Amino acid sequence: MPVGVSDQEGRLRPAPESFLSEELISEISHRGVDKGRRNLLRGSFAAALAGASGLAFGDDPNIVNVPEWSRSLGKPVATNPYGQPSPFEANTVRRQSPGLTQTDQASVAFTPLQNLFGCITPSGLHFERHHQGWVDIDPRRHRLMINGLVKEPLVFTVADLLRMPSVSRMHFLECGANTALEWGNSAVPTVQYTHGMLSGSEWTGVPLPLLLERAGYDRDASYLLAEGADGSGMTRTINLAGALEDAIVAYGQNGEMLRPEQGYPLRLVVPGVQGVSWVKWLRRLEVGNKPYATKDEASHYVDLMPNGQLRQYTAIQEAKSVITAPSGGQKLLSQGYYCITGLAWSGRGSVRKVEVSVDGGRNWQGARLEGQVSSKMLTRFNFDWVWRGEPALLQSRVSDDTGYIQPQRAALVAERGTRSIYHNNAIQTWRVSPSGEVDNVQVG
Amino acid sequence: MFRWARLWLICLSILGHSALANNYSSALNELGRTATAAELSAWDIDVRPDFVGLPSGSGSVEEGEALWLDQCANCHGDFGDSNEVFSPIVLGNITEDDIQTGRVAALTDPSVVRTTFMKVATLSTIWDYINRAMPWNAPKSLAVDEVYSLVAYLLNLAYIVDEDFVLSDKNMKDVQALMPNRNGMTEDHGLWSVTGVPDVVGSACITNCSVNTAITSFLPDYAMNAHGNLKDQMRDYGPLPGVQTAPAPQVSVSMQQSGSLDQRPDDLLSASGCKACHQMNKALVGPAFTAIRARYAGADASVYLADKIKQGGQGVWGSMPMPAMAQLDDTVVAALALWLASGQ
Repeated sequence: MPVGVSDQEGRLRPAPESFLSEELISEISHRGVDKGRRNLLRGSFAAALAGASGLAFGDDPNIVNVPEWSRSLGKPVATNPYGQPSPFEANTVRRQSPGLTQTDQASVAFTPLQNLFGCITPSGLHFERHHQGWVDIDPRRHRLMINGLVKEPLVFTVADLLRMPSVSRMHFLECGANTALEWGNSAVPTVQYTHGMLSGSEWTGVPLPLLLERAGYDRDASYLLAEGADGSGMTRTINLAGALEDAIVAYGQNGEMLRPEQGYPLRLVVPGVQGVSWVKWLRRLEVGNKPYATKDEASHYVDLMPNGQLRQYTAIQEAKSVITAPSGGQKLLSQGYYCITGLAWSGRGSVRKVEVSVDGGRNWQGARLEGQVSSKMLTRFNFDWVWRGEPALLQSRVSDDTGYIQPQRAALVAERGTRSIYHNNAIQTWRVSPSGEVDNVQVG
Repeated sequence: MFRWARLWLICLSILGHSALANNYSSALNELGRTATAAELSAWDIDVRPDFVGLPSGSGSVEEGEALWLDQCANCHGDFGDSNEVFSPIVLGNITEDDIQTGRVAALTDPSVVRTTFMKVATLSTIWDYINRAMPWNAPKSLAVDEVYSLVAYLLNLAYIVDEDFVLSDKNMKDVQALMPNRNGMTEDHGLWSVTGVPDVVGSACITNCSVNTAITSFLPDYAMNAHGNLKDQMRDYGPLPGVQTAPAPQVSVSMQQSGSLDQRPDDLLSASGCKACHQMNKALVGPAFTAIRARYAGADASVYLADKIKQGGQGVWGSMPMPAMAQLDDTVVAALALWLASGQ
C-alpha cells in the first residue's frame, strides 16, 4: 500500500514525511525556530493530523500561512536560457522497458503518455527508437542528396532547404512495433510501455514534391529509398505515390529545430506511415522503380502470419486508440467523478468518432473529441465517468473517416496470430478494481 | 517616370498571367546543385534485390571466417548463433527441404527462434546491411571484398553454400536461388497503401454486444515492479497517483530479536516520515537521531521509544510536539525503536 494512501477509501492524505515543505525545513535548520516559523509548523501538523484522521480540522495552512513563494523575490529571467519543466514533474520522463533489448543503442525509450495532455508531445518526451545509436550532426556539414530516376541528381545544404517554401503540419508518429509486447499476453504494466512509441507533433519542412520536381523525377517511378546519415545508414522503401501526397523533408518540430534524437537536422515525415519510415538524419532520397528489401523491411518490420508467410512492406498505421488515464499502474484517488481521457489516430485519415466502454466492450458510449481533428494526427478524447467503487473494464474504440473500426484483440489475433510483432492496433483494456487500482489486462 | 510606369506594367502583367509563380519556381531552381559523380558513388551505396548497385568483387568462406572471428564474433558468437547482444543470424533451423522450396517451414513453429536466414528472402539485404552498417561500432569500414567474404561465411553457416565457396558479384544470383525463405514474403496485405483494404475491421455494436469479458491475461504480482516502482512514474499529486509496486522496506526478524542494527535504517527512516523532522547528526525540528541513541544507550528503552513513536509526545526534548505516528506498522515501529535503543 502506498505510504499515505488509505486502501479502504483510496483517498490520499498527506504523507507524514511530506507535511513540512523542504524550504521550511531548510529555513529552520539554518535559522532555528522563531515564533513565525513555530506557527507555520503548528499549521503543518494540524493539516497532517486532519488528513490522517479524515476529520475537518482547522484551516488549510497553505492558505492561512501565505506560502513562501508569495513572500519572496522570484528568480531572474533567463535563469534557464532553455526552459525546463518544474522539478515537481520529475516523474514525467522517457523510460526503457527493462530486458526488451540487449543494447541501449538499438533500443527504445517510451513516451510517458499517462502524464500528458492534449495531442502535442513535448519534443523532449518524444519516444526514442534508434537502430545504431543517435548522433549529433553539424548542420553546416550535412547534405541531402536526391538521385536515382531523376533528370538531374541534386545536392542541397540545410541552408538551401531552410530557404525554400515550407509547410507546417500536425501529424502523429507511431512505431510499427508499438504495442508489440502485447500480442501474446499482458506483458507490461502501464500505457507508457504498451503505447508509448507514439507522438503528435507539428512538423515543419519542405514538401517532398517540390524537391522531387526540382530534380525532375521520373513520373513512372513508384518507389523512393530514404537513407539516414547515422551509422546504421537506415534505409526504407517509401511508397512514392503516397509520399507525393503529404510527405515533408522536415527540419522543424514543434516550433524549433528537430531534436538530435529525432533526426537533427533533417528527417523524412511520411504521415500515416510507421515511424521507421520517417528516416532520421536524412541524407539521401533515391527515386526507383522497384522496392529495396532493406534490412528493416526484410529481417525486421515484416509481419509473421500464422501460415509462416511474412508480410513485407507493411507501412500504414491503421486506426487505433487508447485510454491514457485512468490507465495501468494508476490508482483512483476516491470514488466520484473521473474524466476518462485518451488518444485516437488513423494512418488512413481523420478520426471520425471514439467510443468508450466501461464494461469490457459490452456497451459503448460516444466520447468528446477535443480540439481540432486533423488528418493523420492524434485526437484527444474525453469521457465523463462516475466511479462508485464497482469493478470496471475500460476500453476505447476509434472509427476513422474511411469507415474502419478499431478491432478487439481477439479478432485481430484470429487473423494474424500472436507472432506478427508489428501493427497491433487492438482495443486496449484497463481493469479497475474496487480498491481503485488499475491494471493492464486482456479479455477473451 | 517611364521606368516606373514600365515596372508597374510588368507587375500587372505578372499578376495577370500567373507568371509570378513561374519566376518564383525558376528562382527556386537556383537552390541546390547538381551532384557530382564522385559524390554519387560515395553515398549511393544501396544494393537492390536485383543486385542493381552491387559493386564487383569476391570473398571466400575461409576469408570470411577469419574476419568474422576478428570483428563480428564478439557480438554474434563464433557461429552467428549468439543471442546475447542481437537476435541469432543462424541457428540450424533451416532444412534441405526449405532450400528446395524457398519456404522455411519452422516459421510456423512458435517454439523455434526466428533467425535472420530463416526470414530474409533476398541475399542483397544481407550484403547491403553488412556493407552499410557493420561492424556495430565502426560502420562502413569494411572493404567490398571483405563484405563478400563475410556474406560467404554466413551462407556457409546457414548450410546454403559449402566451406570452399567463393562468393562474388558473378554468382550472387545463383545463391539467391538457394535462399531458404526466398518465397516466404507476401505483399498481399492492405498496409502498403493508404487506400489498402484492411484484413480485420472491428464491430460497430453499441449495446449488449456479444463479447467475452473474461480476463485472459494480466500481470502477476511478481511482475508488477519489473519496470520499476510505478508510483514514481505517475504524477504524484493528481487524482490518479501511481500504485506502489516496489516492496516496502523490509524488517528482518533477526534484527528485532537481536535488538541492534549493524547499519542505519535509512530507507525505513525516510519511508516512515521520520526524516521530515529528524536528521542523523543535528537537531532540526526534533532531536538528532544520534542524540536520542546516546541518551538511551544501555537502557532497555525499546518499548518506551516504540510507545513514544506510536503515541507522540512533548517536553522531553523541548516544547515542540512530536506527532503520533499511528499510521506506522507495528513491526516498523519496533524496528525503529530497537535501532534507537541500541545506542552507540
